[in-house]
Amino acid sequence: MTRVLEAVGLTRTFGGRRAVSDVTLALNAAECLALFGPNGAGKTTLLRLLAGLLKPTAGLARINGDPLRGDASARAHVGFISHQSMLYGALTVRENVVLAARLYGVSDVRAATERALRHMRVLERGDALVRALSRGLQQRVSIARALVHEPRVLLLDEPYTGLDALGAAALTDTLARLRGDGGTMVLVTHNIAEGLAVATHAAVMHGGRLLRLERRDDLDSASYADEYRELVGGAA
Amino acid sequence: MRPTLLSSTWVIARKDLAIEFRTRTAFLAVLVFAVLGVAVFYFAWDATAVAALDLAPGVLWVIFTFSGLLSLQRSFGVEQAERAMDGLLLSPIDREAIFLGKALANLLFVAGIQLVTIPAVALLYNLSLGRPLLILFGVALLAAVGLVAIGTLFSAMASNTRLAELLLPMLSLPFFVPVVYGAAQATSTLLAGRPSQEAWPFLKLLIAFDLVFLVACTLAFPYTLEE
Repeated sequence: MTRVLEAVGLTRTFGGRRAVSDVTLALNAAECLALFGPNGAGKTTLLRLLAGLLKPTAGLARINGDPLRGDASARAHVGFISHQSMLYGALTVRENVVLAARLYGVSDVRAATERALRHMRVLERGDALVRALSRGLQQRVSIARALVHEPRVLLLDEPYTGLDALGAAALTDTLARLRGDGGTMVLVTHNIAEGLAVATHAAVMHGGRLLRLERRDDLDSASYADEYRELVGGAA
Repeated sequence: MRPTLLSSTWVIARKDLAIEFRTRTAFLAVLVFAVLGVAVFYFAWDATAVAALDLAPGVLWVIFTFSGLLSLQRSFGVEQAERAMDGLLLSPIDREAIFLGKALANLLFVAGIQLVTIPAVALLYNLSLGRPLLILFGVALLAAVGLVAIGTLFSAMASNTRLAELLLPMLSLPFFVPVVYGAAQATSTLLAGRPSQEAWPFLKLLIAFDLVFLVACTLAFPYTLEE
């Protein structure tokens, strides 16, 4: 069976330092991997490798069996939410999302834009300039931007950061809907309870290595936080 | 469906122009720089020592070169904040479309500057406002294609460095030499009222330069994006 998202021996070095070292994982449709790890563990670098934004030093990432690097159409299936909003402050909320829809070749740009803005509950701010919005609202627009093309694979780097209760609820609803539609996700978070609540798999990353990858059903969520702290030692 | 090279080029160019239209800061800054440059040359000019026709082409191309560099500086600057460039790289469009879209927006930006600067130079240096001036607009646009192709590529390369403001002119200026030479020679031939056939070799140089560097820079651009 073809995996939706697959990493094989993914390695990335910066200078002499290995940020990500020999990471292998595979996820099917409707599976969600929660990735935990201390700062500097290599989580963001791994997401950027899986998104095709970084060239691996060794190994490869595949989406639906197609290598991500060098295959532009494979990128059409990926959505990426990062620490940075990837928005243009001088454009309005709607213009930013329309731009993303056009770049992904969405057939009904207008409907897709309105839908994404409505899901993230920022439709009424559609004509506001992004630079005039609070950080939390910008994060919601950034999520709408990443979801406008309805990606099959969603990579989320601490997506709840900066969101208020309404924004967090909107994101949780959206993630649940995407999972229900067969979407595959990798969620990087420092909040273990939040990660385990949505994940089908959990993994710990430390020193660029994937130390522990297991099914959510096989682990004890009550003791997981303690086990995690023990695993990463003082870095947690 | 994946957008075509042409449609994604236009999407990128339109985005850059919309941002510039919304902020207007870069265009106004470059325009003021160009007009002030023309004025400074005018006041430093000794009309008894150098004829207007001998000086004007040099003034025009010095101003175009440096105002072009200024305008190209901002091209990838807008992608730095909030890592907007990642948003473009994540999408399924060809990397070449990012270059071509940015180059197209830069070309329109530089053409807008030329549209104001050429009449200003013509006015101050008493140049004839007839047919040669119209041809001059064509020469300027032809030269702008080459300048913009090189400048956009080096702007992409320099934008990820701490010395972007210094690197862009250092990298670009040596490559600007053939285009500025060809354009200045064609300009002086046209402004002197000599037969336009005399300008043809320089126009051929500009066309060849445009074709070679537009293709070379488009193909080289994806390699500037590798982290």
